[in-house]
Amino acid sequence: MRFIRKTNYHQDIQIFKHDGQIFWYTCLMLILLSFPFFLSDFYLGELALIFIYAIAGIGLMLLTGYTGLVSLGHAAFLGIGAYTHSYFLGLGIPFVFSLSISVLFSSLIGTLLAIPALRVTGIYLAVATLAFSIIVEQILSHWVSVTGGYRGMLVPDPSIGNLSLKPNTTFYFVCLIFVSSSVLISLNILRSPLGRAMTAVRDSEISAQSMGINLARTKTIAFAISAGFTGLAGGLLAHKIGYLAPDSFNLLISIQLLLMVVVGGLGSLHGAIYGAIFIGFLPQALALLRDNLPEKFAQIPGLEPGIFGLILVAVLIYEPLGIYGRWLKIRSFFEEFPLYRRSTHKRQRNFLKTERLR
Amino acid sequence: MSFLALEVLLELTQLLISGVSQGCVYGLIASGFVLIYKATEMVNFAQGDLMMFGAFLAYAFISIFNFPFALGLVAAVLAMAGIGALIERFAIRPMIGEPHFSVLMITIGLGFIFRALAGFIWGSEPKSLETPYAGKFFDFDGLIIGIENIVIVLGTLALCSALAFFFKTTSLGKAMQAASQNQLAAMYVGISVKKINSITWAIAAAISAVAGILIAPVSLIDPQIGFIGVKAFAAAIVGGFGSLPGAIIGGLIIGIGEQFAGLYLPPGFSEVTAYAILLTMLLIRPHGILTSVQIKKM
Amino acid sequence: MTILELKNASVSFGGVKAIENVSFSMEEGEVLSIVGPNGAGKTTLFNLISKIYDLDSGSIIFDDIELISTPPHEIAKLGIARTFQNTELFEHESVLNNLLIGSHVHAKTNLLHELFFLRKARDQELIFRKNAENIIDLLDLQSYRNTKIVSLPFGIRKLVEIGRALCLEPKLVLLDEPSSGLNPEETEDLVFQIEDIKEELAISILMIEHDMNLVSKASDRVIALADGKVLTIGKSQEVQEHPEVIKAYLG
Repeated sequence: MRFIRKTNYHQDIQIFKHDGQIFWYTCLMLILLSFPFFLSDFYLGELALIFIYAIAGIGLMLLTGYTGLVSLGHAAFLGIGAYTHSYFLGLGIPFVFSLSISVLFSSLIGTLLAIPALRVTGIYLAVATLAFSIIVEQILSHWVSVTGGYRGMLVPDPSIGNLSLKPNTTFYFVCLIFVSSSVLISLNILRSPLGRAMTAVRDSEISAQSMGINLARTKTIAFAISAGFTGLAGGLLAHKIGYLAPDSFNLLISIQLLLMVVVGGLGSLHGAIYGAIFIGFLPQALALLRDNLPEKFAQIPGLEPGIFGLILVAVLIYEPLGIYGRWLKIRSFFEEFPLYRRSTHKRQRNFLKTERLR
Repeated sequence: MSFLALEVLLELTQLLISGVSQGCVYGLIASGFVLIYKATEMVNFAQGDLMMFGAFLAYAFISIFNFPFALGLVAAVLAMAGIGALIERFAIRPMIGEPHFSVLMITIGLGFIFRALAGFIWGSEPKSLETPYAGKFFDFDGLIIGIENIVIVLGTLALCSALAFFFKTTSLGKAMQAASQNQLAAMYVGISVKKINSITWAIAAAISAVAGILIAPVSLIDPQIGFIGVKAFAAAIVGGFGSLPGAIIGGLIIGIGEQFAGLYLPPGFSEVTAYAILLTMLLIRPHGILTSVQIKKM
Repeated sequence: MTILELKNASVSFGGVKAIENVSFSMEEGEVLSIVGPNGAGKTTLFNLISKIYDLDSGSIIFDDIELISTPPHEIAKLGIARTFQNTELFEHESVLNNLLIGSHVHAKTNLLHELFFLRKARDQELIFRKNAENIIDLLDLQSYRNTKIVSLPFGIRKLVEIGRALCLEPKLVLLDEPSSGLNPEETEDLVFQIEDIKEELAISILMIEHDMNLVSKASDRVIALADGKVLTIGKSQEVQEHPEVIKAYLG
């Protein structure tokens, strides 16, 4: 157990709470920076993909984990980001501007989605976002002049000036920069009034309101920021997949994003990152699984989503706090050893109180 | 009446009929959603996949094990009821007291599992369910009504009246309603909430099996047909979540709307009709047409 | 000076008149208690003042401002804070963060400041924290500062909720049964805390309370409410002896 003696309020609002954290995060950063010197191209590519997932995960975490608004349609923002970015790159607009445009455009669409979403909560909201993503998918399929329709769209190669960002090493650094700034920005949000307003809306709308928090404004901003992050991830993802088709951003991807934040651990930024690592390595693990399974099992058409489903169910039943929650338990086991009691982390259940009046 | 007007009228009626029968299927799946929501305040996103699984079971009983048609149907419905109860026992009961969102996610996961399972057992090739009435139709002077469509409508009507009867008159039905409003209070007055929940899930799964069997002759069965569950979900919300008649009405609106959009609007619109109707509904009347619930303010 | 005034306030839910022609006014710096049997409409009255429900007829005037067209989240900005009967705290947050939410109405930063945590956001956070620490000292919450609400006993939660309301630096605070769930000693402390709030922070208090001991010790005047109507208003002793009040309680 670590006790921190605080002597001024600055310590409360610092990003790093103690020297230990500074040490470990510096180490992490150094390791990440050194990867390109000894890892193979393939693994750098995979890591860049994990960074991209992490950005999208942070976006969804801010909305679902912190504001309590469930979105089953976040793949749509990924798609909007990817298509907008490729379209403007194709027009000859420089990489940075085109990426900024796609972030802003995704935020704008997120704000628009918030209009119907503000009027509903919980499950209604989940379905509204789902409906939204299906509509976006249809628009992407049929707006041929911009998106190429079902034929798809080739993503132009990224470059800044004469520097091509296409090689895996360079792209790795690009993604690293974006993911670190995303983490920083979301940490800033979480330690400022907006972040507190978001958690307040999540935990009790009624008292948030009586504390002077404008529910509509907070939710709209949450949607906009979340969509912005996801749009950024989409723009980067476009280069990773190289060729955009409308069904690259379907319901399955939305569920995958949601799986990411749930498995990682709702309500923590760590969770978003852990979830991204998990999702990033899952295909490899599944490929290994397929190789080692008997022919009949390996050929099941829906094997991957099926295993997603299985993991989702298992995590929700056995470890609702996700990987991050498990990590906290393991850590406190060692910190408090040998005094650790299982009941410290006992789950609190609240019995169903109806949300309805008859 | 001129010949042209007659032609148009004929076309409209034809569309209306296929819309109604499609809408009935949406409505049936939607009523499964509503049933579970009413009794447990949980939302079962796997309803469409249960429908798919039910249709496959009927196919297995009738076309593979050569059961007589009626017996095969009954067997499929009963088997689905059993599966529903099992789902409740092993995936939903551990979640009592957890946020609704978690339960929603679990059912999404279950949907994927069922799809993979169906793909594993029956493959991804579309299958057709052999029915005694397949391909037969009535021809009223050019107006063609398939018997499948009539069966769908009649089946829906019969099932809805049975459900209404069940909730209005039987004590089990009333106990289910009580449990939905306050689980703890229901427990105190001696209602076994666990039993009620598993019965609810069994009934909902059985309903979805019926929907699957009704739709099977019209569209082929493959592991992906469960996706119409999403449209059915839209139907449930449009009708007013928590209202059984609302679910059917919502289903009809979406079914008919889709048919007309398919004919009169550019391609792609038919696919999004359900969701466009849903979003519009959320904008103008967020709690649906027949609202039986009011959300508490505190 | 009058801080809060209700004139013929009425509201009904599905034909049931929850509040009927309620009129009273409250002076600045006053502690006014509302008593009455269950279902008298006390909490409804609070919900009307904090605009969670809209009035059917009548008016509510706070600090010379008519509240009819004020949206619920503007109420806090005008200077009304409240607590809830069964507490409505942000359960997955620490006590400190809950108190900081109270300062939300004083936030002057825009999105840009917050996204990049510019100097303005930083300075503002420091002020908010100082403010929260003052309230922590006032209510003796030091040892719970970083504890999450879910692991706190009910009595402490009630106190945190009062603290959160005070962080808003309101002119008027509405306390919904502050003593429920407290043990006798804690209730005894509450009398002094209410006095501190009134004297040190110069905040007027409108509270719903069942504990007549607390009511008579802490409040300047008492309103008796039954079936949505005001029975009488006056000094605690007078109200308790009022025949109608006795009738309302004993049926």
